[in-house]
Amino acid sequence: MKTTATTTTRIVVDWTACDGRGLCAELLPELISRDEWGFPLIPDPTVTAPLRDHATRAIAACPRLALRLAHT
Amino acid sequence: MSSAAIDKALWYLGRSSGVVSLVLLTLVVALGIATRSGRLLPGLPRFAVSAVHRSASLLAVVFLTVHVVTLTLDPQSQLRWIDAVLPFGSHPKPLWIGLGAASLDLMVALVVTSLLRQRIGHRVWRAIHWAAYALWPFALLHTIGTGTDMHRGWMLSLVIACTLSIAGLTIWRLSTRFLDDAGRTIGTRLPSRDTRLLAGSKGLR
Amino acid sequence: MTILFERDIQADTEGARRGALIGSAPTAQRELRAHLAAHGSVPAMDAHAVVRLATDSGLTGHGGAGFPLYRKLEAVLAARGRAIVVANGAEGEPASAKDRWLLTRRPHLVLDGLQLVARATKANEAYLYVNHRLDVATLTDVLTERQRAGLDRVSVTIVTAPHAFISGEESAVVGHLSGGVALPRFKSPRVTERGVRGRPTLVSNVETLALLALVARRGAAWFRALGTTDAPGTMLLTVSGAVRGSGIVEAGHGTPLTDVLALAGGSSIPLQAVLLGGYHGTWLSADEFAAAKLSRSDLAPLNASPGAGVIVGLGEGTCGLAEMSRVMSYLAHESAGQCGPCLNGLPRIAAQVKSLALKGGDRRAVDEMLRLGELVVGRGACHHPDGSMRFLRSGLRVFAAEVELHLARRCSRTSNDLVLPTPVTR
Repeated sequence: MKTTATTTTRIVVDWTACDGRGLCAELLPELISRDEWGFPLIPDPTVTAPLRDHATRAIAACPRLALRLAHT
Repeated sequence: MSSAAIDKALWYLGRSSGVVSLVLLTLVVALGIATRSGRLLPGLPRFAVSAVHRSASLLAVVFLTVHVVTLTLDPQSQLRWIDAVLPFGSHPKPLWIGLGAASLDLMVALVVTSLLRQRIGHRVWRAIHWAAYALWPFALLHTIGTGTDMHRGWMLSLVIACTLSIAGLTIWRLSTRFLDDAGRTIGTRLPSRDTRLLAGSKGLR
Repeated sequence: MTILFERDIQADTEGARRGALIGSAPTAQRELRAHLAAHGSVPAMDAHAVVRLATDSGLTGHGGAGFPLYRKLEAVLAARGRAIVVANGAEGEPASAKDRWLLTRRPHLVLDGLQLVARATKANEAYLYVNHRLDVATLTDVLTERQRAGLDRVSVTIVTAPHAFISGEESAVVGHLSGGVALPRFKSPRVTERGVRGRPTLVSNVETLALLALVARRGAAWFRALGTTDAPGTMLLTVSGAVRGSGIVEAGHGTPLTDVLALAGGSSIPLQAVLLGGYHGTWLSADEFAAAKLSRSDLAPLNASPGAGVIVGLGEGTCGLAEMSRVMSYLAHESAGQCGPCLNGLPRIAAQVKSLALKGGDRRAVDEMLRLGELVVGRGACHHPDGSMRFLRSGLRVFAAEVELHLARRCSRTSNDLVLPTPVTR
C-alpha cells in the first residue's frame, strides 16, 4: 500500500462520464476488470508505487476522461 | 547542387509529401473511427488502436509540415507563407489552395486540443474533434483541385481508394450497429450527452 | 407494466401533536403577523454567532443524510468565492410530505433560517428550491411580505424542482440552479467548494433551516434538551400506510418508534412490517419496530436510520413483495441514466423482483437480484443504487416468509390496496 505518513493514492471513476469502453482494464489489469456490461470493477482502488505509471497511463488513455487519481 | 536542382527537388518533395499526407490522413480518420467504435483490431487491443491513431496523426502532421514548407520555399509554386494558413487569399487557385489551408488549420486545432485534452475537458475536446469530418474532405478537394498528377492513373486510383474507404467507414459510423453495445442498456435520458447521436442501439445516451 | 400509484399525503393535517415546529397552536403561519406572534423575530446575529449556534446546538441535516450543519457552513466559508445558499424543499421522496408542510405552513421559519445561513456564509444569492406541487404564487407573496418588512437582506429566488425522485439530491440541485439538468454530478470537488456556477454552495433541507430559525430564538441549550445527548432536537416525520391518522408528526430524537406511530393515531390494523426512512431506507419487522427508537445509534445495528423521517406501516394482508416490486420498478425508472451500473442493473433487478412478486419464479431470481445488487452498490455518482439495494435487501429479510410462499407459487395477500406511492414522473 502506498502510504507516506499521510497519503494514500486511489484511482477513482467519474461514473457520469464512464462509458465502459475498457481501455483502462487493458492498461491496468492489476486493479481493473470489467463487469458484464463493460464497466470497470475496482475492488481495491489503491494505487501502489509500482503501479503508479500504469495508472497514469490508463487515466490518460480513457477516451471519456473518466478516471482520476485521488490523494487522501 | 545547383539552384535549379534544389528548386526541382523542392517541387517534387512538396508534391509527394502532399500525396503521403492525404494517405496518412485517410489512415488517421480510419483509425479514429475504429477507436470510437471501441473494437479491437487484429493484434491490437483497444488502447493500442487509440495509440496508433494518435501516432499516425502526429506523423501526418510531420508530412504536412514538409508539404507546406517545401512548397512555400519553392519558387515555382508561388505559395506565400500566409496562404498556407489563411485560406482563400492565394493566387492562383484561391479556392483549392484555400481548402488546403483550411484543412491545415483544422488539423492544428485537432492536434493541439488533443494534446491538451486533460486540461480542456472532454466536452470541449469532442466538439472540436468533430471537425475531422470537415478536415478530410477539405484535404481531398484540395488534392483534386491543386494536384499536378491527377491525370495519372496511379494518382486517380489512390484518390478513389481513399475516398471509397472514408465513405464506407462513414456509413459504418452512422449505422446503428456501429458501437459494440450488445448486452447492455444505453441511457435515454440525456440527449446532450454524447456523439452517439448518430449511432447506438437504443437512442441517445 | 408498472402499476403507477400516487397518493397525495395530506400535507395540512393537524392533530394532538406537540413539537417546536408544529407547535401547540395548529395554525398555518403563512402571514408574517401570525409568524411573528407565534415565534417573535430573529435576534440580530453576525456570521460567527450563527456558526457557533449551529455548532453548539448540534443541528444536523434533515434531508436524510444527517450531516452536521456547522461542518457544511465551515466548508463553504473555507472555500474560495462568494457563497450561494439554497433551501432544498424538492422532496422527491413520494412517501414524504414534511417539506411541503413546512413550506405551506411555516414558510417564514424556513426563510428566516435561509437568511441566517446566508449571513453565516456571507452569501449574496439565495434560492428556495421547491417541490413541483407547491404554489409558487403563494410563496412569492410570502417573499414580498418579507421584503416589505425588510427581513430578507439577501433576496430569494424561487425555483421549482423537476418532478423526479432524485431532483433533491445535492449535486442535482446545484446542476439545475446552474442552468443545466437536475441530475447528480461527480462529487469532486464538493458543492461546498464549487457548486452553483462554480461558487461555494450551501444546500440545506428546509426543515434544517426552520429548526435553525427556532434555535436562533430559543438557544442551543433549548434544542439540545429536546432530544438525547448524542442526538439533539426534534424532527418531523411523515407517517402513512396502515395508520389511523396519516400525516406529519414531530418527535424528539430518541423517542420510541411506537410512540411516534401513536402520534399518528397508531396502526389501523396489525402491522407486519414498517418502512423507515423512505425508498432508500430500511424495512423493519413489526417486532423490530416495536423495540426501536428514533435515533441513529439505536437503528444502526438494523442498518437503518431515521432518514428523511418517513414511516410507512404495512398491515397484515398486504403482500410485501408486491409493494417492493412496484417500488423497485419505480426506482429503476428514476435512475438518472448517467452511470452504467445503475442504468443497467436496477431495471434488471426490478424485473427479477417483479417475476418473484407476480409469478412465483424460482430461487434463481433471488440469487440474481442479489448478484446484480452487488454490481450496482457503490458504482455510481450518487447513492441511488445503494439506497435502492438497502430497501430491497432489508425487504427480502423482513418478508422472507412471503418470499418462500411465492417460490411455492402462493401469496399471503388478502388485500389489494396499494400502499407505497409510485408517481409518474417525466
